[in-house]
Amino acid sequence: MPAITFIHPDGKFDRVETGDGESAMQAATRHGLDGILAECGGNAMCATCHVYVDESWLTRLPDMADDEDALLDGTASERLPNSRLSCQIHVTPALDGLVVKLPERQV
Amino acid sequence: MTASGSPVSPGSAAVPHLDVDPFAMDFFADPYPTHELLREAGPVVYLDKWSVYGVARYAEVHAVLNDPATFCSSRGVGLSDFKKETPWRPPSLILEADPPAHTRTRAVLSKVLSPTVMKQVRDRFVAAAEARVDALLEKRSFDAIADLAEAYPLSIFPDALGLKPEGREHLIPYASVVFNAFGPPNQLRQEAIERSAPHQAYVAEQCQRENLAPGGFGACIHARVDDGEITATEAPLLVRSLLSAGLDTTVNGIGAAVYCLARFADQWQRLREDLSLARAAFEEAVRFESPVQTFFRTTTREVELSGAKIGEGEKVLMFLAAANRDPRRWDKPDSYDITRRTSGHVGFGSGIHMCVGQLVARLEGEVMLMALARRIAKIEITGDPKRRFNNTLRGLDSLPVTITPA
Repeated sequence: MPAITFIHPDGKFDRVETGDGESAMQAATRHGLDGILAECGGNAMCATCHVYVDESWLTRLPDMADDEDALLDGTASERLPNSRLSCQIHVTPALDGLVVKLPERQV
Repeated sequence: MTASGSPVSPGSAAVPHLDVDPFAMDFFADPYPTHELLREAGPVVYLDKWSVYGVARYAEVHAVLNDPATFCSSRGVGLSDFKKETPWRPPSLILEADPPAHTRTRAVLSKVLSPTVMKQVRDRFVAAAEARVDALLEKRSFDAIADLAEAYPLSIFPDALGLKPEGREHLIPYASVVFNAFGPPNQLRQEAIERSAPHQAYVAEQCQRENLAPGGFGACIHARVDDGEITATEAPLLVRSLLSAGLDTTVNGIGAAVYCLARFADQWQRLREDLSLARAAFEEAVRFESPVQTFFRTTTREVELSGAKIGEGEKVLMFLAAANRDPRRWDKPDSYDITRRTSGHVGFGSGIHMCVGQLVARLEGEVMLMALARRIAKIEITGDPKRRFNNTLRGLDSLPVTITPA
């Protein structure tokens, strides 16, 4: 199964194995990872599963839909060019090894 | 209330039939034993009383919510099938709609109530919560429903919408009609609709563009007409959605949270020690009490759900509250635990129809609980809580409390 590395703001990191068809958010919450809140449960409605994607992976991610783009304008921590919502990153074998950084705050 | 194992209607041999009325007063008084019965009877049940299918386990509730093509909303999200009966009011353009029509109207409300907008209104909501606590600290003893759970949303939401000061007393009664009307034709529903005319007239009037103050949520909806996103006849109905679903729900949400924190002193203490748990304390109360208990869908085709065959045009009742306490999904489901990971609960629904105002609800809940916990040491329940009965909403009518300042 593809694995994702979440880097916390303090530099510590967690490597999380993803399940079949899971989003990065679902994998993170299933492992009880701090730093991903996902209040809406993955419906692209709350912007509390915000991550900064490692630059080298950015172009390999699926394109951003309009609703994700709009939600990212309302994130609690600053939106950066590499900001994404982890509920919209569906993990495929091609994303094995993905690295994302967690923001300071989700709300 | 017994589950009979005998197969009855054709094509649904595996579906247990239950003699349960989930819209009866004795059920509302204590729904939990029946929720358990419904969950344990099977993944899909049939309720003979109202001739509907029911799902009460988390997995099936979540599945139904997330398959809107099969389990549609345009035939009504109450018991009444809009294909067979005339709706009591013009259908909602968002709640009682399917894609692609729903996609367009939903996008408008999502933008009006977005995380970006919440950042803009936050300071106002915080100030109103502090002012409410000031008033409560003067009283010391009060009704936590009227003086807190109702008073706080009433002090911010109608203004945020841009409503006129006059006539606001219609808002909670109107919402009560809307949520009663999702139920079966029982006394609650009949009486609510019979008495609804003045509330309906008020709401219809307030939804018009000229009656909504500039800068409010209502005016923002109407502004989308100018962009061509919606038509001038659609805009008032979308404002109506906020009037229907934006107030009574948060009243019951905040009421639930206060009722939980007053009952479970250890959780109140935990919150007082770490105010950053306020938002989680509210969210867990929404899971634990599920202010919106149920919604229906209607099947658009014959479908097999967890081994049960359901024909086309059947009503399916989703027990959101039972799913939120399904032990298959939740560890110690009957405990109110403000440190629980609540992500995935269906108190706000799930999928394309998930509550579009969830961010407003969370903001109200968070800032209110934070203001309470910062300045109040203790909340004591000083009399019997009285329940308010509604076909869809669960909440209290009164909750006498006395508070001790911090």
